[in-house]
This record gives sequence, C-alpha cells and structure tokens, in this order.
Amino acid sequence: MDMTYIQGILMLAGINLIAVLGLCLLTGFTGLFSFGHAGFMAIGAYIGALMTVPPSTMPGSIGGLGLPFIFGILAGGAAAGIVSWFIGRITLNLKGDYFCIATLGFGEATRLILNNVQTFGGARGWPGVPQYSTVLTVFVVDVIAVLFLANLVKSRHGRNMIAVREEELAAQIAGVDVFRYKMIALIVSAVYAGVAGVLFGHYMTFIQPKMFSMTKSTELTIIVIFGGLGSISGSVLGALVLTALPELLRAFDIWRLVFYGAAVIVIMISRPKGLMGGMELSPAGIRKIRAERRARLALKEEAAREAASGGRS
Amino acid sequence: MSVDILEIKGLTKRFGGLAAVNDVSFSVREGGISGLIGPNGAGKTTIFNLITGVYKVTSGEVAFAGKRIENLEPYKIADLGVTRTFQNIRLFKNLSVFDNVLTACHMSAKYTIPEAILRLPRFRREEKLLADKARGLLEIMGLADRMDVQANNLPYGLQRRLEIVRALALDPKLLLLDEPAAGMNPDETEQLMRLIMDIRDRFTLSVLVIEHHMDLVMGICEHIVVLNFGQKLAEGTPDEVSVDPKVMEAYLGSSGGTAC
Repeated sequence: MDMTYIQGILMLAGINLIAVLGLCLLTGFTGLFSFGHAGFMAIGAYIGALMTVPPSTMPGSIGGLGLPFIFGILAGGAAAGIVSWFIGRITLNLKGDYFCIATLGFGEATRLILNNVQTFGGARGWPGVPQYSTVLTVFVVDVIAVLFLANLVKSRHGRNMIAVREEELAAQIAGVDVFRYKMIALIVSAVYAGVAGVLFGHYMTFIQPKMFSMTKSTELTIIVIFGGLGSISGSVLGALVLTALPELLRAFDIWRLVFYGAAVIVIMISRPKGLMGGMELSPAGIRKIRAERRARLALKEEAAREAASGGRS
Repeated sequence: MSVDILEIKGLTKRFGGLAAVNDVSFSVREGGISGLIGPNGAGKTTIFNLITGVYKVTSGEVAFAGKRIENLEPYKIADLGVTRTFQNIRLFKNLSVFDNVLTACHMSAKYTIPEAILRLPRFRREEKLLADKARGLLEIMGLADRMDVQANNLPYGLQRRLEIVRALALDPKLLLLDEPAAGMNPDETEQLMRLIMDIRDRFTLSVLVIEHHMDLVMGICEHIVVLNFGQKLAEGTPDEVSVDPKVMEAYLGSSGGTAC
C-alpha cells in the first residue's frame, strides 16, 4: 500500500481522536450526550483558516490573516470554547435528553449559518487553506490532548465530573457545583473539537459546511460509546479502529458501509460496555482492575462462608 | 445553655395546592442528636430537601449556625457544613468504595484545573492529602478492607454505612440521616445506633435523623420532633413525646405504644 494513503488514514484517525477525547470527557465522564460537536469542529476549522489563510490578493478569493499555524490552532480552539460557554449558559440546565436535542440543534444551526453566510464561501466552501497539518503536528497534539485529559480526569475536578455522571443529586449534596462542572466539561470538549476542526481543515486544504453535518457529530459519539464510556484508552482505540475500518472494508465496494455498520453492531453485542468498558490501559488502570477483581472474589468467598456457617447453625 | 446549630422558623413548602410542609418550626441543638418522626407522607424527607436546598422554600426561614441558608444552592449549603444521606441510597454506584469517599473529600483540596492538568506540586501534595483522608475515614468506619469493592457490590448495610462515610468526608457540622436503619435487622440497627453516637462524639457534629425504628429514635435522640400531614404535632424529649396523647393517636397509638 501507498505510504501517503496510510499516512492519510492515520492523520484522519488522529484528528478524529482529538474531537473524540473531548467528547469522552463530556459523554464518558460527565454523562452528557452531544450530537452537535461537529458544530464546534466547524467553528474551529473556519476560525483556524481565517488565521492562517494568506490575505486575499485576487478579487473573489477569501483572504485571512496569514498567521503561523499555531495561532490558527489556538484561535480555533478558543473560538469553539467561547461559543460553547454561551451554548452552555442556555442549555446546561436542561435534563438528559433535552440537552442532547439542544446540541443537535446547535450543530445543525452552525452548519446552516455557514452554508448561507457568503463571507466564507457559503455552501461552495473555502478552498486554499494551507496544508499545515502533518503526521507530526497531529501526533504531538494527540499526545498533549491525552495527557491533559488523563491528568484532569484523575484530579478532584475529574472526580467531580464523574460524580455528576454517577448520581447528580448526591454530587450536589457532596458540595459539587454541578452546573459549573458540566460547563467545564462542555468547554473542554468544545476546545478539543475546535482544535480537531483546525487540524482537519489544514489537512483537507478545503473546508465546506457539509463536512460538519450531524453525521460527523454522530460518528464522534459512536466512537466514544464504542470505545467504552469513561475510558480514555477506549476512546483512543475506538478512534483508530473506527476511522481505519471503512478503509479496510474498501474491498466490499458499495457494500462497505453496510459491513461497517454490521461490524460495529457485532462488537457492541459482544462487548456491551464498549471496547474498554470504563477500564484504562495504563499501569494505574491495570492495578485498579486487579484490585477490584480481588475485592470481588473476597466478597464472594465471604458470602459463601456465611452461607455455609448459616446452614450449619 | 447550649446553642442551636439549626433553626427552622415557619417553614412551608407547597407543591401546587398541597402544603407538604406547613409552618413548621423547630431547632437542632449543637452537638445533639435530634429525631424527626411521623407517619409516611408527613413531610420529613421534604424538610431534609428544604434544609439541603434540593427544594426551594415557599416561605419561612432556615438558619444554620446563625446564617440564613434557604434559597442557597445545594452545593453551597454543603460547603457550609450541612450534609445528608438519602432514604434510597444514592452512592456513586460504579466507583470503588475508596473513590466514593475520595470524591467527597474534594473540598479539602484547593488546587485549580490548570494545576491538575500540568500536575504541579500543589496538585500532587493535595492529592496525597485527600487520599490519606479518605483512607483514614474508611479505617475509622471499618470499611478499609473493602476499599476496592465497587460500591453497588457492597452488602446493603455497608452501603448505608458508606453513604455516611461519604457524608463525613465533607467535614460536616450537621449531619442529616434519612432513615439510616431502613431495611436493617435489629442487630444491625443496634450497631447503627452505636455508630451514630460514636460519630457525633468523634467528629463533634450535630445529627438530625429521620427514622421509623422507634427503638433507635427513643434510644439515641435527645430531642424529638413529631410531624403529621406536614405540620408539627409535638416536640420534646423522648419521654415527653412518647406519652403525648396527640402523638399516641397519630402515630404511636396504632402500634400499641411499644415505644415506652
């Protein structure tokens, strides 16, 4: 196989992974489902492009500021984060399913606005985005994204988010400002999605509202669930497997997506809690799995002993 | 004369036309164990929900340590030192026993999110403190050997106990226990009574307990408030309350006055 082809798949997987990691915090750890994160990716992609595209020289071409890539990444992430703050203010008081529908509305609204506002090319898209994303940049951003997220999740702030997922009322009574932690999770996830959008735009060199449809949002959420809610390593595996799978299935030609769907169903049936099922593939994570198993066995033994002694008396 | 840590005045909560709690006033002495009793639907849990901010107060006052707390957000009330357990246990079910307590310890650490993300020294230092605190609490409360068990795999009695440990992790000044002995056999109830008294002394806090087990209420409470249909029926020491004719009629009377 051709090297650039494999590189392309890896980069797409790496870019998806960034957005998926953000969603992993929101959905997997905080328990809020979103079907609108493609909207944050779109915001990131367009603002990022605005930063890096050289100023317009010809009439008809859309110009930007011509800044270095790093400014594009930072501005794209920041813009998505700021927008998510406004969205969060309005929607985070909604319960479960209603929040989910609100995010869906946001994602679609963002796409339609970009479709109809001609400043950035409207539905025709915006060509000429510099090809700044490389395997290296994507990889570096991935590593930073994983490390930041892992550290956050293992802190008191991360535990508070998990508490919100597990039992909102009990979290409140334990002194967790539920709204604030939902907001933090949403903002972090939006920043991640925004950065993913910037990298995506600078990989494709062309952005178009159509790329950020609900299908994209759904794909991200599917990857998080597929990898296992509340597992960073699950999200990493999920992003790699589910981005590469359609490519591996190219042999099936027009039946490709049917097989893709079937493969996802089979895996979800055999591992209903997702690939990792909330566990982590890290030294600490493995220690935890083993400690929990030992504790479960001890509990069983004790129950058996009690039953035996109870039977005798 | 000791001080009242919790003062409730004219507390009222209406759900539509129904007054679940109607003009109830009582107070909890600092360092005391008080009981809140009454038939099902008398409004006991509603009062807990009003004190902890889960429900918004319709009218009346709730003052904790001299500070008005009605209409504060629940987490702020928890911050001030009022916490509770639930009638139907609400643990973080999928987390280990240790993580349940560790999560609730969060207020003892002050590090910020950037400090956590970058693993700065304060994060490491305070994380260690939190872990020590959680471990210490579990040891005191006799759950240390089950630290790694997933909370919903614990036997029922221990789940109730874990909920109390989680509440204690917040360093509360007032602990509200909502039917802590529900579903327990006499043996376990006996243990729980000793535990509640032990906690009060060891952690120097005040306790307000809702309970149906009369042995427990009469055994450990110094002061009892009786509710019926959202209104206060009587108030006083166990001896006073258990001979009150109104209480006998509404509540204890039907069970033959076993409480005495």
